[in-house]
Parts: sequence; structure tokens; C-alpha cells
Amino acid sequence: MADQNDLITVFVDDKEVAVPKGTNMIEAAFQAGVEIPHYCYHPKLSVVGNCRMCLVELGMPMRDRATGEPVLDEGGQQKIGWMPRPAIACATNAAPGLRIRTNTQVVKDCRNGVMEFLLINHPLDCPICDQAGECGLQEFAIDHGRGYSRFVENKVVKPKRTVLGPRVTLDDERCILCSRCIRFSKEIANDDVLGFVDRGSYSTLTCHPGKKLENNYSLNTVDICPVGALTSTDFRFKMRVWFLKETRSVCTESSVGANTLVGSREGKIYRITPRRNDAVNDTWMTDSGRVLYKQVDSDDRLHGASIKGEPVETETALNRAVEILRGGQAAIVGSGQASVEEQALLKKLAEAVKAVSVNLVAHLGEEDGLLLSADRTPNIRGALVTGLIESLPAEKLDGLAEAIDAGKVTTVLTHREDLRAAGLTDAQLGKISVIYLGTLANDTTRKATVVIPTLTVFEKAGSFVNQQFRLQTFEPAVPGPSAALNDAAALAKITSLLTDGDIPSQPTAVWKELAGTVPVLEGIAFNKIPADGLALDGSAWAGLSFPEKKSLHFEAAQEAATTA
Amino acid sequence: MPVQERRIILKHVDQPDYTTDLDCYLRHGGYEVLRKALQSKPEELCQEVMKSGLRGRGGAGFSSGMKWNFLDRKSGKPIYLICNADESEPGTFKDRQIIHKDPHQLIEGIMVSCFAIQAKQAYIYIRGEFPLGARLLEKALDEARAKNFVGDNILGSGYSCDIVVHRGAGAYICGEETGLIESLEGKRPYPRIKPPFFPAVLGLYQCPTAVNNVETLCNVKHVIDMGGEAFSKIGKPNNTGTRILSVSGHVMKPGYYEFECGAITMGQLIDEVCGGLRPGRELKAIIPGGSSMKVLKAGERYKGKTKDGKEFEWGIRDIPLDFDSMLTAGSMAGSGGIIVMDDSTDMVEALANVNAFYAHESCGQCTPCREGSLWMNKISSRMSHGQARREDADLLESVAGQIAGRTICAFGEACAWPTQSFVDKFRDEFLAKADKSATPEATEPKRAAVPLI
Repeated sequence: MADQNDLITVFVDDKEVAVPKGTNMIEAAFQAGVEIPHYCYHPKLSVVGNCRMCLVELGMPMRDRATGEPVLDEGGQQKIGWMPRPAIACATNAAPGLRIRTNTQVVKDCRNGVMEFLLINHPLDCPICDQAGECGLQEFAIDHGRGYSRFVENKVVKPKRTVLGPRVTLDDERCILCSRCIRFSKEIANDDVLGFVDRGSYSTLTCHPGKKLENNYSLNTVDICPVGALTSTDFRFKMRVWFLKETRSVCTESSVGANTLVGSREGKIYRITPRRNDAVNDTWMTDSGRVLYKQVDSDDRLHGASIKGEPVETETALNRAVEILRGGQAAIVGSGQASVEEQALLKKLAEAVKAVSVNLVAHLGEEDGLLLSADRTPNIRGALVTGLIESLPAEKLDGLAEAIDAGKVTTVLTHREDLRAAGLTDAQLGKISVIYLGTLANDTTRKATVVIPTLTVFEKAGSFVNQQFRLQTFEPAVPGPSAALNDAAALAKITSLLTDGDIPSQPTAVWKELAGTVPVLEGIAFNKIPADGLALDGSAWAGLSFPEKKSLHFEAAQEAATTA
Repeated sequence: MPVQERRIILKHVDQPDYTTDLDCYLRHGGYEVLRKALQSKPEELCQEVMKSGLRGRGGAGFSSGMKWNFLDRKSGKPIYLICNADESEPGTFKDRQIIHKDPHQLIEGIMVSCFAIQAKQAYIYIRGEFPLGARLLEKALDEARAKNFVGDNILGSGYSCDIVVHRGAGAYICGEETGLIESLEGKRPYPRIKPPFFPAVLGLYQCPTAVNNVETLCNVKHVIDMGGEAFSKIGKPNNTGTRILSVSGHVMKPGYYEFECGAITMGQLIDEVCGGLRPGRELKAIIPGGSSMKVLKAGERYKGKTKDGKEFEWGIRDIPLDFDSMLTAGSMAGSGGIIVMDDSTDMVEALANVNAFYAHESCGQCTPCREGSLWMNKISSRMSHGQARREDADLLESVAGQIAGRTICAFGEACAWPTQSFVDKFRDEFLAKADKSATPEATEPKRAAVPLI
């Protein structure tokens, strides 16, 4: 962060604003409360200045060429040398005393002219365009357009449905050639596949010969497309965006914890888009993270509680679970997919049943250096912070398998983890009673004694701690299946029944206790966690060999990296 | 006294025994200037160019000494020199004569300039439509390398520099210096935004780069030969040296002619040098500096004061042919391509022709030029196809006004100025087109005008 002393003063429409030297003037104007319309400029990409929408009048304090002395007017004020032509704000960096004017007739004419040019060969097919409602052309046409067309010629005809890759479809007629997608592919995704062919107004976006836009970040090009040219093949023609309710969420794909917005209408999710967080994911997210909502309506979704495969009331299942837990030696298997609150409640449950062991399962994968980390769960660090576990989990439950074989464990309560996938055999599962709380059917649920359906991340509130020890919250976007219990509520209920107590499960209540008992969480209230997260002190766990090496805004500490 | 050409650049060109061979060039004193230059200090050579007042011959007429002065010598990065031989401005064909008829003069000019700015490497970016020129240059370069005029340790001076001939693929925009640099780097020739990408600081491969026109570089040779002081006495103050004028259009003897700057007037050029207009024809208009410059209309009067305070009132034939006079007449001397139009010319058709060129050549990077050039082309093409409307004149002017001054490179002005000046000066013709279109025979159903591109 810039020191207060490093700030310089610039003037936007005669309004003073203090910004760090070199700040882009579009950003500086934004700080001064002035919107400068733009298409090609994107805060996270290089500046090309091709849309010409951000033209402003630009002036610098005058200095004598020979002496370097300031030139003063009669009033003793330094004269301003206004440039004879409008300049683009996006390529102008803040310098001391720099002035821009955004409300003069020249600037209005410029915007009006550029808007007209952008629209003459645009198909104006807003009624069937997915971008309608969040389209830069629509917004600025209202603000700066002339409202009627002087164009009587034939429009340029271009391909309407070019398949650029498995997830992106291009409508070339709508393209305004801003080149954001080209720059994103090159600069952020490191996959230089997009380019223009042909010249002038006939310029057409396309993939380089023999290449496809198929990297795991391809859908970001759809997000940053200021118009409806690049469309998500998944979302295309499914829903008008103005009907979508946007809910803050966090991507559960890996420990990066990309900030997201979940778009839903009437209880159904239609898309997930990234939410800007300059400390975590900038304005990007993976393609693979965008399809995670499909688990909500998955064929494997658990819609009702069952005991030994027979459907029962949830209440009955809970009571049966408590009976089983009371009657044997129980082990607990928690999950890195669970929220901080659920992990805290699971810890209580483990204490209540005097669990033989508490295990987590590691889910590892390859890192891509951007927004997909080696740890494919969002909240292993949450389990460390709440004290559910003290060391990093392994991928297989070998210790638990041994304990079952030795007869030391007769009951396993597993929260979201498929025990079969974690290395237990059918024979081992046959020896014990399994209580499963989770959302999807799997080999474990088919063998389990008690199955209690719970909620996905899109259906509940909570928090995760990502690889940077950044505490981030998510909110419910849609309601879950009617018979499903909130994970936290289910865990609290079981513990309450076990202890004859009344354990609250609301995040705010859980946090009241966490803030009082866990040192690094001291003083944190759930409702006060900022939307872009809160950095926790992770130094207590610096000695652990976390699997993550490098992401967009994360680099493993040197020591940890060498011991890993 | 009949007007006399003063040939400096084209001195030997068109002489019966003069060939493009190195031997011939050497017989005529070739590479002596390079020999002399290599014994001087580079800074002194730059000083001479500064003193000479030489202005760029590519179109903008910017001081060559200044351009070299701006080169960022402190960065420690290598300096490049690029010879801009992408002569694509319609009406201009001077560089082609030099390349085709005296390639060694260009090579010597480049090497002298390279030594002056201490360039590490030089490139000749030649347009794709000059395959013969490229072959000639390559042959000449081989000869020059064999004699050590180009390459390592040139003539034992310890200075090394090579020249690479790079052939473009035929795009007008590659004549814009930053577009040219992008193309040379192997990318689409999208001109760069300035600031920050001034070639003198962040040019080829982000290194300081001088981009000079063919004729300019040839002039450098003569500046060093005769000394800056002597060169500055040729022509007029601030308009020094000679200019090669490419005359085309409705004159009896079109061609290329070299004159001292300002030594003759437009009238002398047309009537005496070029043999006058076709019999029985009247002068109607002149485009004085390549198709992108503003058109001059016969019968216009140009009044004003020159820089030294002299009042003047010129007709179109009285305009002296130099940079500043053309500027005071409201146009620009540009690349020296003079297009003469007599009274047989339909100005709407002429503009449609010019607009078709710019619509075809707009690179498509920035919005106003990309969309505006095609739109103007569609309008003027429709007008010349018998479907003009009275409001089209205003529309054309308005569209052009939305382009000029708002684009990344000077192409914006290049495509807007013809339309602005044609419509402004020949408005009655544009309106008459509309009236003619409105007659019954003209309004019979026709296909919408199809653009030429």
C-alpha cells in the first residue's frame, strides 16, 4: 500500500483527488466519483487504448521549456496547458497536478461518436442476447448515445456461432474488437490462442490455426467480454441476467478459495461468476469451479434420510445415530469441504462421544500456478484453526483401517467423506456401523447404517480458511431439498442429544464461542467478517508441510517449501 | 526563364549509362561519403543533420535532427534504424524510383545514418508490392557487404552494422512507424499508443529506434557530403533541400521531378514542368501531398501572413511547393504526391475512390477509424451509384469529424481529411448528385450500392 506521503494530487473535473503516482486515470476518476466509460480497459490486463471510449481532455501545469520554472497567470496560479486533442484516460497515468475534464462538449462529442461507430455494425439483437442487462454497449448507449441511427447501409455480416472451444461460443457480429479476451488468454491464462484475422471493420476474432480456447480459464473471457460476443455455452440462452439473484460465495474447488457470485432464480442456480478480490483471485476463476453448482441437482443427490437403505424421517435417523454412537467405540471422519463452523461443531461431537480418533482425508491434485492449488478442499486450514485436527491429513485412512481390523472401532461417523474412496474396504465397512452425513450418494452411503442428507455450499452460510489463512464467508443462494438438514444443525443436534444439552448451530452463535476460545480467532464476529475476507495469523502452523506451492497471489514460504 | 529541376537525390537516375551495379555507383563517387563519415564523430554527424534543417520526407515533415535527438541513448539498449520503404500513399511513387534505380545511394544513406546514431542494426521495411525493389536491394546489399561497406568492422573503422531487407505483406498501415515496428516484430501491424510507445524510446523490441523515410535517408548522405550549413542554403529557410514530387492525374507529362523546396509554384509545376493540362480542360482540384491530404480547389484564394510576416494572397497556381506554404494554404505537402484533377472529374466519384482505399486499409484496431472509414466508403459509394441523398453531405462531414483526432495513429486524419475537404469545398456537387438521383430515371429500383471492397 502506498504511504500517505507517496500520494499526489490530480484533478478530475476540478475535483481534487489524492492517488498514488502512476495510478491509471480511469481509476483516479473513479476515486473522485466520476465514471469514465470504457470497453477495452480492464484493471488486470495491459492497456491497449483501442476502444476510444475513455477520451477526455487532458491538461498539465505549464512549465517554461528553457528554465523549468512554472508559468503563472495573472492571478499567480500555475497555467494549465490543455492538450489540443482529447487523450485516452486509460493510457494516462497520474502525475502531480494533472487535470482531466470529463464533462465538456468535446468529451461528450467523442463518446457520442464512438458509441455511434460501435453500434452501426452491431446487430442490435439485444432481445436474444445473453449479455443484455449487463452489457457495456447498452449501458453507455443510454448514457452517451444519440438515441437514433443515421446508418442506412447494410451492416457487416459475420459468423454468429463460432465454437471457440468446449465451453465458449462466439457471436462475431456483436464483437467490438476490444481485444480483452486476447490479452487475457495471453497474459493471464498463458495460453495464446486467440487473435484477429482480416482488416478494418471486417476484423474477426478467431483461434489461431489448429488451436482451441480450451484452457481451464476460458470462461473468464466470457466474463470480461464487455458485449455479448463471447458466450458461455453452458449459460447461453438459459436465463435473462436481470432475473438472477447474485449471492456471495467461495469456490470449493481448491484451497485457493476464489471469491464467487452465484446467480440463481427461483431456487435454481444458473451460473457462477468470479467476484473481484485483489488478494485472492483478482477477477478470475477456473472453468472447473463454475460447474460445481451442478451437484445441487445431481442425480446422486441424497433427498431423504435412511436407515440401512430404508427411507425414514430425519428425526428417526438422528435418534438412531445417537443410539449407535452411545453404544460403541466411535471414530470420526471430518472433511476439508466442511465449513469452519461445522468443523467446530464436529469437534464438540467428537469430544462428546470420546472419539477413538478424528481423521480428515486429503484430496490432492496437480497445481496450475493460478487458481487451482494442490489441495482440492477449501478448508483444511479451518480444521487446523478450530483444533479439529493438529497435523495434515493423509489421502488414505490407514490408521482407521487398522483400528477397525483390531476391533478398536465399532462405529464411524463420517461427514461428507466417502470412506471407500478413502481406502476402507467393503469388509471393513461391514464390521462397523457407519453414520454418514453428506449430500451425494456413494459407495459409503450404500453400506451405511444411517444416512442423513445435508446441504451443499450453495444452500447454507459459513466460512472457509483458504491457503493464505484468509477467512472468507459464503451465503446461501438457494434452499436445499426439504428433507436435508443443515450440516451444522445436524451435528449440533446429535451432540445435543448425546449430552442432553442445547448446542446452537447458527454461525453467529458458533463464532461467539470460537472467538472466545481460539486465540487466532479472538474478537471475530461472523457478521463482521468483510466480504473480501479477513487475514488470520497462520504462523502457528508454519511448520506443517502444506501441499500448495504457488498460486496467483500465494507463494509457499521458503522453509515449508524445502521441507515439503 | 524556364524552370529547372535541381536533382540531388535523383542526380544520376535516368542517365543512359547509369545502372544499379555497385561498380557504376562507385564510378560516380559512391560510398565516399560513408568513408568520410566514418572518420568523423557520430555526434558531429547528428549535429550536421540538425544544422541542415532536414525535414522528414515521409509525410509529416518532422525535423530529422530532432527525431534522432530524441533517441534514448542513456538506456544502454541497442539502437535500431529502420528505413521506411513502405511507400503506400496513393499518388506517391518517389521512393520506388530511388530503390529501383539507385539502391546503393539508399544503402549509403542508411549506413551514414546508422553510424551517426550508432545503430546496432538496420532494417529496410519494403512494401510487399515492391518485389523487384526488394530483390534489387538484396543484390545491392550483397555487393556492398562484399566490399565491406556494410557488415562487420566497416572499412576498418571498428564500427559494425548490418542491414536486413524485410518485405511487408501489403498493408498501408505498415507505413505508420509503430505499425511498421509491430509488423517487423512479427505481429499484426497495430499502431502502438503514444505515449508511452514513442519509437525513439520504446521502439523495435522495446529499444530506441529511428524510423526514417527512404528519401530522408538519401538526403542524410548529401547533408554529410556538403555539410549541414551548405545543405540548409538549398531551398528556403525551414524548408531545406530538395523534394521529389510525384505528379499524377490529368497532366500531359505525369512523373517524378526533383526541385529545391519552394523554388517553383504549383502553377509552374503543372503548366511548365508537366506540360499543362489536357487540351481544352480547366484545372478543378489538386491533392497536394498524397491522397490523405486536404484537397485544394481551383479558384480558391489563400490569404495570410507567412512566418516572416509577409502578407500574401495566392491562387492555387501561386502556392510555392514547400512544407510551410502548403500548410498556410490549409493543406500539407505530405509525401510529395501531387494528384491533379481537371474539370472532367466527378468529385463524388473521386472521393468514393479515396474512401474505398481507406476503408480497405484501416487496420481495425481502434473504433473511430475502423467503423468510420467503412461507413464513409459506403456512403460515398452509394452516392456514386445513383442513390445519393441531400443529407449525405452533412453526414459525411459529421462522420469524418468523429474520426479525426480521436484515433491511435494518424490514419484517422488520413481517412477523414479527404472527406472533410471534398465535401466542404465541393458541397454543391454532392448536393447535385442527390438532386440527380431524385429524377425518375435514377430512382428506379436498384441494388443497394455494394462497396468496392
